[in-house]
Amino acid sequence: MERNRIAIHVSHLKKSFKQLEVLKDISVDVKEGEVVVIIGPSGSGKSTFLRCLNRLEEASGGEIMIDGIDITDKRCDINKVRERVGMVFQHFNLFNNMSVLRNLMLAPVDLKKQDRETARKDALAMLARVGLSDKADAYPHQLSGGQKQRVAIARALCMRPDIMLFDEPTSALDPEMVGEVLEVMRHLAHIGMTMVVVTHEMGFAREVGDRVLFMDDGLILEEGVPEEIFGSPTNPRTRDFLNKVL
Amino acid sequence: MLRIISTFGRLLLTAMGQTLLLALYGLFFACIIGMIVGIMSVLRSRACRFVAAVFVNLIRGVPMIVLAYFIFFGVPYLWNTILGVGGMTLSALHAGSICLALNCGAYMAEIIRAGIESVDVGQMEAARSLGLPWWRAMHRVVLPQAIRTMIPSIINQFIITLKDTSILSVIGFPELVNTAKNVVAATFMSFQTWAIVGLMYLIVILLLQRAAKVLERRLKYGAQ
Repeated sequence: MERNRIAIHVSHLKKSFKQLEVLKDISVDVKEGEVVVIIGPSGSGKSTFLRCLNRLEEASGGEIMIDGIDITDKRCDINKVRERVGMVFQHFNLFNNMSVLRNLMLAPVDLKKQDRETARKDALAMLARVGLSDKADAYPHQLSGGQKQRVAIARALCMRPDIMLFDEPTSALDPEMVGEVLEVMRHLAHIGMTMVVVTHEMGFAREVGDRVLFMDDGLILEEGVPEEIFGSPTNPRTRDFLNKVL
Repeated sequence: MLRIISTFGRLLLTAMGQTLLLALYGLFFACIIGMIVGIMSVLRSRACRFVAAVFVNLIRGVPMIVLAYFIFFGVPYLWNTILGVGGMTLSALHAGSICLALNCGAYMAEIIRAGIESVDVGQMEAARSLGLPWWRAMHRVVLPQAIRTMIPSIINQFIITLKDTSILSVIGFPELVNTAKNVVAATFMSFQTWAIVGLMYLIVILLLQRAAKVLERRLKYGAQ
């Protein structure tokens, strides 16, 4: 894979909810195959930023290019872009009315017009990859948090996305289940998936991240390779934050 | 009481049939109206939400008996006499069905709106994040979950509507109450007649409730 193509280009992104300015001026590029980890205190705008990247939140200003497509342009077909950008949520958001298998098959069958048999095989293979082959017929309420999140990742992967967004994927998990989810994400990173991860797992950020962004108050205050950010942060707010969480 | 049953039993059963027919027509269209208006009230379009709110408030703000008189007498009068177009006749069955459909539809719309809003927004977001268009996400993910929570309220509304058919005796539709009045007028046995009529409603409604319980159980996820 060519590692220098830009997968996500964000310039001067702004986002306000009514009077509240959540994102003030965000500019960042993510290269293909890169794993970018966003850290920062709660309320700093990390999740909002991530949600802007697939237009779950509408940007108030600036430009967001996903694989060369400007998604802030009202005329762009956002659904087509979303097919290639997977998202994993803090609270899993598995479809409660469907079995695990149907959760995985819904979008491929509905959107890619895959025939059911192909989609089924594909979904089962994906479940095997996250170690949940035996849960194909289970319903979400029968799974543990860690299992739910792994299913959610598998569901996103079934669309064969080029980019994966993770919005605090382990924050709602019991501690003993964090590992199994991080393991799946680590594997994804190793096979070259482009990933943007909002997380409080500093160990993961340090180990898997190619680049770490520290956000506070709607701005990216510091960015660099993990060794820099965790080893010798320059911004006092970064230092302060890391002192509290490490 | 036995004399009432042996003499008027058939008549009362037929009247019950008419009541059920009226309720069925009314409920059928009420479901359609409720679905359309309910979904309109969760759309992003301000205009849609406004129209839905006006409809619901208008219908809820008018007693059904007034609505019944208005549709049965008022509308044909407007059409034939005031506008002078003429030729409009509205049977009691049609007027009654429209009246029930509008009335029940407004309440159904509220039940459906609340049902949709009770589904965690994360469900819609997850579906949209996979690339599903809004309507597909609504249809495949949100509505199936919403309907499950709505079942008890919908059944309750069905029961209310079934009982509301009795109000339509005022426009002369030969449903159960209207027929019972005639029976009382002919026999003067009001205690026996009204007891029988009450029992008939009770039996139908209890049966409806049983069916609802079975339906509710069937709709539990992963319960098969």
